[in-house]
Amino acid sequence: MKKLFTLFLFIFLSVFVSAQNNTPEMADSLRASGKIYVVVCVAAIVMAGLILYLVTIDRKVARMERELKSRNKPS
Amino acid sequence: MNIQKNWWKLLASLLLLYTVIMGFAGEVPARDILNETIRNLYFHVPMWFGMISLLFISVIYGIRYLNKGKAEDDIYAREAAHTGVTMGMLGLITGSLWARYTWGTWWTPDTKLNGAAITMLIYFAYFILRGSVEDEQKKARLSAVYSIFAFVMMIVFVLILPRMEDSLHPGNGGNPGFSKYDLDSKMRMVFYPAVLGWILLGVWILNVRARLAKMEEIVLNNDLEMKEL
Repeated sequence: MKKLFTLFLFIFLSVFVSAQNNTPEMADSLRASGKIYVVVCVAAIVMAGLILYLVTIDRKVARMERELKSRNKPS
Repeated sequence: MNIQKNWWKLLASLLLLYTVIMGFAGEVPARDILNETIRNLYFHVPMWFGMISLLFISVIYGIRYLNKGKAEDDIYAREAAHTGVTMGMLGLITGSLWARYTWGTWWTPDTKLNGAAITMLIYFAYFILRGSVEDEQKKARLSAVYSIFAFVMMIVFVLILPRMEDSLHPGNGGNPGFSKYDLDSKMRMVFYPAVLGWILLGVWILNVRARLAKMEEIVLNNDLEMKEL
């Protein structure tokens, strides 16, 4: 009876342990307290900077277009 | 910038900022092997959506050129293909890196990987073809016809063949698209805006490149006229 009990105990424990291993490791705690928002901010600033850069290039091209148009018209 | 004409550029900016912030801070399902790399869905996969969209724009302008023969359409077709191939290369590189840490190797003979690589080669040939023809009209016509074939081959290699064979990619092997097992509702809220944002960014770059190329054309033509005078 005691043997059977230990057997069931081990089966129960093994299920318990494997159930714990079944959840894949994620950075949950990192997002809670690991300053992940600093990374989010840095990534957002990089993205915003790249977009602003593209905006300035776009405006430069628009300025050149206007310039070229006004130069070509009189001739 | 004129907001009525360029509202979609603002939309692209907002969507991309949303993608970057929610892409890292948002909740994702916990999966074995993938772990946090599941967030690559917001950055790697939209590269392919962007590439397909831009190559589609390229072939549309190619067909328009064949119909009307306007040099401007050829410029748009060329620049769209250029931007599309750039996004495709970024997709290949990021996919390779992702594969290294999930599938364990930089490259596997997966149908989708090889298909994407072949697509890149097909479009490299497009630029080689363009570079090897001197006559402008002949160049535009030949490359427009070629790009129709190239686009069809891209569809076959990237969208059809991977679905017919077994692939390591999710949603392949007789099960097209993302199923409910691959994408939960929280990820969809970031993934769809991300796809739209990256596509619009590609179109924005195409827009700037094409306008520059058009001006280059005008300046070069002016120079020619000056010389003739």
